[in-house]
Amino acid sequence: MLTLAHFLTLGAILFSLSVAGIFINRKNVIILLMCIELMLLAVNMNFVAFSRFLGNLDGQLFVFFILTVAAAEAAIGLAILVVLFRNRQTINIAELDDLKG
Amino acid sequence: MSLQTTLLLIPLLPLAGAVLAGLFRHQVGRAGSHIVTILGVGLSFALSAWILSQQISGQLDTVNISIYTWMVADGIRFQIGFLVDHLTSLMMCVVTFVSLMVHIYTIGYMREDPGYQRFFSYIALFTFAMLMLVMSNNFLQLFFGWEAVGLVSYLLIGFWFKKESAIAANLKAFLVNRVGDFGFLLGIAAVLMTFGTLDYAEVFSQAGTMVDQTISIPGGMEWNILTFISVCLFIGAMGKSAQAPLHVWLPDSMEGPTPISALIHAATMVTAGIFMVARMSPIFEFSDAALSFVMLVGAFTALSMGLIGIVQNDVKRVIAYSTLSQLGYMTVALGASAYSAAIFHLMTHAFFKALLFLGAGSVIIAMHHQQDMRYMGGLRKYMPVTWITAWIGTLALIGFPFFAGFYSKDAIIEAVADSHRWGSGVAYFAVVAGVLITAIYSFRLLYLTFHGKERFEVVADVGDHPPDGQLAHAPKESPWVITLPLILLAIPSIFIGWYTIEPVLFGGWLDDSIMVLEKNNVLAELGENFHGATAMATHALYTLPFWLMIAGFALSTLIYMFRPAIADNIRKRMPFIYRLLENKYYFDEFYQKVFASGSVRLGRNLWHKADAGFIDDGLVNGAARVVEWFAARVRRWQSGFLYDYAFAMIIGLIGILAVWVTMAPGR
Repeated sequence: MLTLAHFLTLGAILFSLSVAGIFINRKNVIILLMCIELMLLAVNMNFVAFSRFLGNLDGQLFVFFILTVAAAEAAIGLAILVVLFRNRQTINIAELDDLKG
Repeated sequence: MSLQTTLLLIPLLPLAGAVLAGLFRHQVGRAGSHIVTILGVGLSFALSAWILSQQISGQLDTVNISIYTWMVADGIRFQIGFLVDHLTSLMMCVVTFVSLMVHIYTIGYMREDPGYQRFFSYIALFTFAMLMLVMSNNFLQLFFGWEAVGLVSYLLIGFWFKKESAIAANLKAFLVNRVGDFGFLLGIAAVLMTFGTLDYAEVFSQAGTMVDQTISIPGGMEWNILTFISVCLFIGAMGKSAQAPLHVWLPDSMEGPTPISALIHAATMVTAGIFMVARMSPIFEFSDAALSFVMLVGAFTALSMGLIGIVQNDVKRVIAYSTLSQLGYMTVALGASAYSAAIFHLMTHAFFKALLFLGAGSVIIAMHHQQDMRYMGGLRKYMPVTWITAWIGTLALIGFPFFAGFYSKDAIIEAVADSHRWGSGVAYFAVVAGVLITAIYSFRLLYLTFHGKERFEVVADVGDHPPDGQLAHAPKESPWVITLPLILLAIPSIFIGWYTIEPVLFGGWLDDSIMVLEKNNVLAELGENFHGATAMATHALYTLPFWLMIAGFALSTLIYMFRPAIADNIRKRMPFIYRLLENKYYFDEFYQKVFASGSVRLGRNLWHKADAGFIDDGLVNGAARVVEWFAARVRRWQSGFLYDYAFAMIIGLIGILAVWVTMAPGR
């Protein structure tokens, strides 16, 4: 029988994977973006699980908003990435350290 | 014309003249400026004289009216008002008369000066300020007039503002007067604190009830409140009336044009302190300690400043030191509770000292602005009017019987002799010895200037600034605008004392203005032995001061007319005393070293240590340095890599969550 804990565990695993992806990945900005998307999905998973468990539709409603925002974010993120590549001829994270103090 | 309008017009007419001559100087022109100011001051004098005559005939009582309330704060009314009693109307006449004479004189004296209109504007403004001072019925307006005359004095000492020494002198006058004004302001504040009002009438009527009140002053001492007020107010008077040790500005003020030396620094402004103390007699009377202090300060000034006068060579400076000495006499009289005698001497002194100053100015014009007496001599045949009036002024100054100065000075000496106040012995010695000194320096001035050999030569074509002892033209008598005031001032210098001594000193003329306690009333004791002005003058032949004066005259005549070598001999025999007098007892040097250099050093220290060191380096740059130091450490965390920032965010999130989970309420 699947309980709430199973879903929450899945969400936590997905979230941790994406966090690890952000830290471990030192090469590619696209992978970073993917990790962020995955993070949002992990949150969505929690929302849906809680919604179902509590019998309240609010959580599922929220998932729609998050999916919309994630799509918009992916579009903007990829557009920024294209411009970045045009300017720097690279998307290697190790070379993108302009914020260094 | 109502009385109030008349009283308002008296100070406002000179003010109107000053505004017209000052702000519209191009419109009114040179002649216009002296016409409007003389008209203003002349009308003001006429109205003052009318007020005085009304009071003499008894048709006008003491007037005490408030004209305008400036503001009311916490129940204290700040007002402009006039208290016109016998003392005030006397002062008003003296001020406007001398001012009028000086205005006329200035037409001649400043004829070629580019600042002609400015000068007239200033002296008319001075007349306004002085009238506001003497006519005031409250302390606030007194203070306004007090500061306003100080301001005009400052402006006029530095009238020739391109002259370095004039600028130094007016700054000095301003600063020294600030010292006195600080005490004066403290005194007024103490009056306000004690009586809760600034109105003369209310303060004076309550003064008697405050005899036992005390005030704690810094240092943990308890002082009688009336003594405290009196001493503070008198410190103000010391600044304005140039009493030692705040006298140092007066000799230097001679850098200003001569007419203002006569008007401001001899006849009127410097006597404001004397007038103020006399006006405050209902307060001073209750403090024997303060009056002793007043007497000793006056005695020291009277004697020591007269001695300096003997060694000065600048004709104006001799008269300036003489003024200091005479102011000392007036102060001594105040200290002896003989306020009427002080006011009487103030009045006679205003006439004869203005006369002497204006005479000196006449000589200075004739000598083409040479002021050193060593290069004068024998002027009597070139300028007879100046010579004769200078003789009259001198006889009045030394107190020759029947002349104005004799009556006032003798009254002071007698009053001090009768006084039982602590310190009156010293004061008596000072004023009696002062008679000898006065005679010596006065006749020295007269002989060196008008008599003896001519110590200058007329050399054609020496230019505008000839060397000492040379003149481009022979000296000649000054024009009528200069000699007329001399003559008009010479008349009261002869007669005013004989004519007014009885009403002013013994007839109770000033009784409604001046309060004297029964036990201090030395003038009443004198009055018992007074049998008329003529008798007083003939009786003088049997008194010590008269013979001291004759001795001074004889000594001076011997030395400066016949045996100039004696003076040199004395100088060589007593080099120490000569140097002491020549350097004016080193007052200036002392102030220069201690106060001037001290404050410069203090300022430099504050600048280096407090401003540059603490504020600039410590607070301003220090704050910047702390930020810089902190940022240098924090910037190492800024790797520029996204994952580092993300990591920090995660750590932060975990931290906040941990706190939230453990601290949340209900757990």
